[in-house]
Amino acid sequence: MNLLISLLSGALFGAGLYISGMTDTTKVQGWLDVFGNWDPTLAFVMGGAIIPMAVAWRLTRTLRRPAAGGRFPPAPMPEIDRRLVIGSVLFGAGWGLAGLCPGPSIASLSFGGLPGIVFVAAMAAGMMMAPTLKARLDRTVPAE
Amino acid sequence: MTGPKDKKETHMQPEWIMGLIGGLLIGLAGTVLLLGNGKIMGASGIIGGLVDGSGFGDRWERIVFLAGVFLMPMVLIPFVGTPDTKVTGNYAVLIAAGLLVGIGTRVANGCTSGHGVCGISRFSFRGIIATVFYILAGGLSMVLFRHILGII
Repeated sequence: MNLLISLLSGALFGAGLYISGMTDTTKVQGWLDVFGNWDPTLAFVMGGAIIPMAVAWRLTRTLRRPAAGGRFPPAPMPEIDRRLVIGSVLFGAGWGLAGLCPGPSIASLSFGGLPGIVFVAAMAAGMMMAPTLKARLDRTVPAE
Repeated sequence: MTGPKDKKETHMQPEWIMGLIGGLLIGLAGTVLLLGNGKIMGASGIIGGLVDGSGFGDRWERIVFLAGVFLMPMVLIPFVGTPDTKVTGNYAVLIAAGLLVGIGTRVANGCTSGHGVCGISRFSFRGIIATVFYILAGGLSMVLFRHILGII
């Protein structure tokens, strides 16, 4: 049951990323490139995705538990830490450079050719390096 | 055919409609995972948990999810346009970008789907702050690497 739900969710996610045009790196870079030929598509994708998700989060309050058992995720942490800010800045820089983020990089893997494969491999390598940087950020003075 | 520079607003109408439809599907995907399995649909977390072994416990859920993400566009290709990532062929840029995305999303514990879609929709302060910072950094990245250095 859990696996079927994951597969369905993944398939919908892949379909959404592809149909919305988010596997086209020029659309992503176009959104980020405010001083170039600005492309608002990404805002519609984000907005479109947030609407059903907001309803889903609402439903978690009345449904008590997920359909396949287990528990709903806990309430989000309110604190902002260095990890969140530094990580997001690094991610954003890379996102702008190639126009790819994790979801679309997988969704476009079948037709992205060698560049797409190289990006995903580098991303996986980066993910393996992340724990080291995380630990380092924690060791230095914690932000009050 | 169309590079980032010569993209004109003539295609805007269908593009934003497709964006909205695709976005709704992405939101529906997150809804299915949340209400079905009680999980937050964050692409970087799902991939990262497999890469660093931290998500070993539910690895099959992750693998099957990613298989869906990978396979579904192939199924749709005959019906929806010709796919083209138009991604750069500059491997130094690709590797640098991949490393930054990999490290950054795992250090921040989320990307566009987890912090962006799933975080903002529950008014998570962390999700909103993360989104503000990665969009700002992305915008600065464009200014620096496209308009100043001219390498992308």
